[in-house]
Amino acid sequence: MAKVRFSFPTALTGAMTLAIVFIVFAILGNIIWFGHAHLSWEFLTTPPKEGMTAGGIFPAIFGTVLLVFLMTIAVVPIGVVTAIYLSEYARETSPLTRLVRLAVSNLAGVPSIVFGLFGLGFFIQFLGAGMDRALHLDLTFGQPCLLWAAMTLAVLNMPVVIVTTEEALKQVPEDYRHASLALGASKWQTIWRVILPQALPGVLTGAILAISRGAGEVAPIMFTGAAYFLPQLPHALSDQFMELGYHVYVMATQSPDVEATKPILYGTVFVLLSVTFLLNLSAIALRSALRRRFQRG
Amino acid sequence: MIALAEKFMSPKPNEVLPSKEAILKVIRMEARALSVFYGNSEAIKKVSLEIEANKVTALIGPSGCGKSTFLRALNRMNDLIPTCRIQGQILLDGKDIYHPDMDVVDLRRRIGMIFQKSNPFPKSVFENVAYGLRVNGMRDKGKIAEIVERSLKRAAIWDEVKDHLERNALSFSGGQQQRLCIARALAIEPEVILMDEPASALDPISTAKIEELIFELKKKYTIVIVTHNMQQAARISDYTGFFLLGDLVEFGVTHDLFTKPGDKRTEDYITGRFG
Repeated sequence: MAKVRFSFPTALTGAMTLAIVFIVFAILGNIIWFGHAHLSWEFLTTPPKEGMTAGGIFPAIFGTVLLVFLMTIAVVPIGVVTAIYLSEYARETSPLTRLVRLAVSNLAGVPSIVFGLFGLGFFIQFLGAGMDRALHLDLTFGQPCLLWAAMTLAVLNMPVVIVTTEEALKQVPEDYRHASLALGASKWQTIWRVILPQALPGVLTGAILAISRGAGEVAPIMFTGAAYFLPQLPHALSDQFMELGYHVYVMATQSPDVEATKPILYGTVFVLLSVTFLLNLSAIALRSALRRRFQRG
Repeated sequence: MIALAEKFMSPKPNEVLPSKEAILKVIRMEARALSVFYGNSEAIKKVSLEIEANKVTALIGPSGCGKSTFLRALNRMNDLIPTCRIQGQILLDGKDIYHPDMDVVDLRRRIGMIFQKSNPFPKSVFENVAYGLRVNGMRDKGKIAEIVERSLKRAAIWDEVKDHLERNALSFSGGQQQRLCIARALAIEPEVILMDEPASALDPISTAKIEELIFELKKKYTIVIVTHNMQQAARISDYTGFFLLGDLVEFGVTHDLFTKPGDKRTEDYITGRFG
């Protein structure tokens, strides 16, 4: 065995690495240890009861999954189309391209609570209220609801999807573009039939990152659709919904009985982590299935 | 008597007989005072050149002499380079390919291209060859299968892939991939095939196969080939053009150019004094 020579940089970097590993395990260990004890079929399948000091969290699980699903089907197409424009059509030197890039990178740096306020101002008060007026509806879309919460999260995650997709598109070798164009394929045919399929695993990486972040964000949905307590499930896009992250926040700050909610809180956090993990896992499984398909042709 | 003359005059089977051919000569493509610029630098300087139908025209010259740029001007692949612009004309069957009415997609269907590095798509053998047909809107499965088979046969690779049509093209050897790319180009029935050093990355046996194939293909297609390899140009081509620093120094019947070059620079190059 090679002798490990002690040096200050080795010790420092090693210690830092260990510290991070320790922190991750401390958090996960704590949650798993205290959280798993509260898991039960009833906890997973029933709504909260008695001022959230008893009962389950099913509406919050359902709401989280639905929210993330809606966000994904909104953010992926828009993000991918934008990335295709930036990577394949836009001229690097044009002012429009620079403006779009500037917007995308600044969007990535905006605090998430600002997105929440943006969603409230733009989606609910402007777009939603406008829709209600135009369609002569009673208060339907002009209030916080599932649709606007998902849209707000989609805007929040837009930069992630755009940047990862663009990277994936740029990594497709020029050779394929040339081969396709030289065969008399149009530019769009080349993008659609050759480049995009090649970039699809990268697109899904973007979707995975968006899902991870989307499932955990509380600030953007606080004003735009998440409900404090709502035992029945949403059945329309204009309904409010419960969400795991927000539920954790509510129980941690608003509970009338801290001791009674503590095990529920642990259980909820455990479920939140599990749901995020499962959503990620399914996206990763989809990605590797696609990769295999391409390798086979 | 003619047979005897042919035997005497052409040690190589593809030798041109000027007296007979001059009458039947069909010009497929023509460059007229063609200049190509990258930004402000002139990569091709007023080159005029005729490409005869059903012949192999080889372009030789040292690296950076403009021969690949010239080749890529012939199917407008240079359009992909934003700083690139051209002056002069290139005619395909008498029509200017840079004319605003010319559909570049249609042009590239008529002028196929084989690249230096074989570039099959990471799809099955079948899908690679069928690609050009599908983007042209062909739906008839029977017809597609028929053309795929015919193209693979013409590219002399059918026997090697016929049992593996569903296998990923990237799992074959470099030489096989290059012939597959040729089959892919043949599927859409181009009039002209441009080859940009198609054998430079291949071993001698694969190279020989490609050369044999080129010899077969010229019966049906017009071929323009860029090559680094002078022996290759001498073996397979009917006409040769020698490029140097963007100029077409000399152009003529291959046999003449190699045996009695008219320009000192050509002579220096083909005798290996530089390049």
